[in-house]
Amino acid sequence: MTRTLRITLLASTLLSGAAQAQDVTLTIESWRNDDLTIWQDKIIPAFEAANPGIKVVFAPSAPAEYNAALNSKLDAGSAGDLITCRPFDASLELYKKGQLADLTGLGSMANFTDVAKSAWQTDDGAATFCVPMASVIHGFIYNADAFDTLGISVPKTEAEFFATLDKIKADGTFIPMAMGTNDQWEAATMGYQNIGPNYWKGEEGRKALIAGTQKLTDEPWVAPYRQLAKWKDYLGDGFEAQTYPDSQNLFTLGRAAIYPAGSWEISGFNTQAQFRMGAFPPPVQAEGDTCYISDHTDIALGLNAKSAHPDEAKMFLEWVGSAEFAKLYANALPGFFSLNSTAVEMDDPLAREFVSWREKCQPTIRSTYQILSRGTPNLENETWNASANVIKGTETPEAAAKRLQEGLESWYKPAE
Amino acid sequence: MRLRPHVIVFLAPAVVVYTALMILPLIGTLNLALFSRAPDGGAVFSGLRNFATLFGDPRWSGAFWNALANNAWFFLIHMLVQNPVGIMLAALLSSPRLRMAAFYRTAIFVPTILSFVIVGFVWKLILSPIWGIAPGMLDAVGLKALFAPWLGKEEYALTALALISVWQFVGIPMMLIYAALLSIPDTVIEAAEMDGVTGWSQFWKIKLPLILPSIGIVSILTFVGNFNAFDLIYVAQGALAGPDFSTDILGTFLYRTFFGFQLQIGDPHMGAAIATAMFAIILLGVCIYLFAVQSRMRRYEF
Repeated sequence: MTRTLRITLLASTLLSGAAQAQDVTLTIESWRNDDLTIWQDKIIPAFEAANPGIKVVFAPSAPAEYNAALNSKLDAGSAGDLITCRPFDASLELYKKGQLADLTGLGSMANFTDVAKSAWQTDDGAATFCVPMASVIHGFIYNADAFDTLGISVPKTEAEFFATLDKIKADGTFIPMAMGTNDQWEAATMGYQNIGPNYWKGEEGRKALIAGTQKLTDEPWVAPYRQLAKWKDYLGDGFEAQTYPDSQNLFTLGRAAIYPAGSWEISGFNTQAQFRMGAFPPPVQAEGDTCYISDHTDIALGLNAKSAHPDEAKMFLEWVGSAEFAKLYANALPGFFSLNSTAVEMDDPLAREFVSWREKCQPTIRSTYQILSRGTPNLENETWNASANVIKGTETPEAAAKRLQEGLESWYKPAE
Repeated sequence: MRLRPHVIVFLAPAVVVYTALMILPLIGTLNLALFSRAPDGGAVFSGLRNFATLFGDPRWSGAFWNALANNAWFFLIHMLVQNPVGIMLAALLSSPRLRMAAFYRTAIFVPTILSFVIVGFVWKLILSPIWGIAPGMLDAVGLKALFAPWLGKEEYALTALALISVWQFVGIPMMLIYAALLSIPDTVIEAAEMDGVTGWSQFWKIKLPLILPSIGIVSILTFVGNFNAFDLIYVAQGALAGPDFSTDILGTFLYRTFFGFQLQIGDPHMGAAIATAMFAIILLGVCIYLFAVQSRMRRYEF
């Protein structure tokens, strides 16, 4: 009896082992550790159900360490099959080193416009190496209950914006704006890149900067710093040591009224906040001005050139480029707006508010991402530092702009 | 002296392991620093050009000297606070009249075995202007005005982090000095007491000279540890070592350069040049200690 049992057990172990051996496991490298459960519970099961025999593992690392960790893993040959792509040069570099495969021939690439693909192409646009997934939009999320109690309406112009902040400050119940400078990047990303496009007129200014016809010391590029310098008075006590999670918590606990945001916050805020939320785009200078928003191509998925299962990985990438994935992803992660040409219907009201700005405002991407952060000193990283300094008041807007322009000029020669 | 075969046999394991794990990587780093990245992603030999950039280019040299000056300040705080406090604690612990000495010894040593991540995170929370207990505690004694967001201010951040590191590591000098104090023979102490040297003067005139070699060892350990430090700053302030690079030390500067940060792509060759400079600084410090300090230190045979 025991003997038969043993043999049965042994046989079943061997058989199940054999069954598992047929499965191909694909590993995804990503910096979106916040999305782990969504990938595990919603996205991956949908793919696995349609593609038996392929298992997918989502293996994220911390955002700040992602680039360094990924580069080391790729150099060592231990990186996963699928690589989540940062936009522009970080991924372009990997492609040039032969670590990301060319995906130009992928069928689902037809589902994306050239603009959507631009962040993951060679400079001449000949080769595309990542399948675009989503963009994020900047703006301000506000506590609608607080606005109602204080009897204030959504500000449309810069003057109204500061009047609103003054009112909230005078009332004293809420911290007017939840942002800190400890982690530096919020000051640049949710500050400078959020309000800036209205001054430098979106793509027009961004392209002029790359072409060298505008300088960072020109008025459109200094003016956003002047506005940031005024933010100081509306931030909470000790904002110098306030971290990014501190700011998120201050807002979702209802202690702050306005949060300079990126749309990626939506799903987190929806689960955390116990009050109604609304959003408004960065206020324009004068009533009736064209508004510009940062609609930044932020995230894509590429193929590790050294992957052991390129065919299965390509099947996954084809699926990522499909309308089915776009719908699934945009609704599972409201705030990450699909780049797919097929319009995606979203359920989340806050996400719908953000995406509605695409119709009335001119979209642009973050000014420092394309080409201008190729050298040392790195313009994006310098912008973090400069924005934080300007908000704290330790550097004047003019001095910060001058320093950035000098740093850029030291290695970047436009139009040569 | 004739080299006998068994000497080679017994030395071999240590030499092999040490060469494989220490000397080869060291030579590899020095070698890496002599190359630069080619446009196609490969490496080209460039001699000492990375060092010329590091010390000649105003941006690179500015960042390097800033990191070195911060590192020196970080070390100075440790020498002025951690080691004297460590010696004092050891002296108190070795006092025969102290009760519960084992408890204090353990309690003070515990932070040393904690991970940097925990220490950095806990202290960040304690000092947080929003959730921290530091503002509340100061408020309770009527000193709220003294509170500042220390970790976010250029003028305080590095000192605050150095003191956190002191809090964490004060147990090490304490233990080493404590062991040295215990090894002083009772006969020496008794002889001193016979001559009427007791209390403080006994500590200054008898014990301190006897533990001086241990203090030297503690100092050199502190020096090497501080100039290799990285973790605490990285955990508390991130790789950009904010605010405005005021907490940037050689370790974080090396990390940022070598591995890259955000849109900045890593440059292993420049990174290796910085690592080489760090190695030279530490080597120089250790040599000064070995040849100028330790060789002159008097040792007492009991």
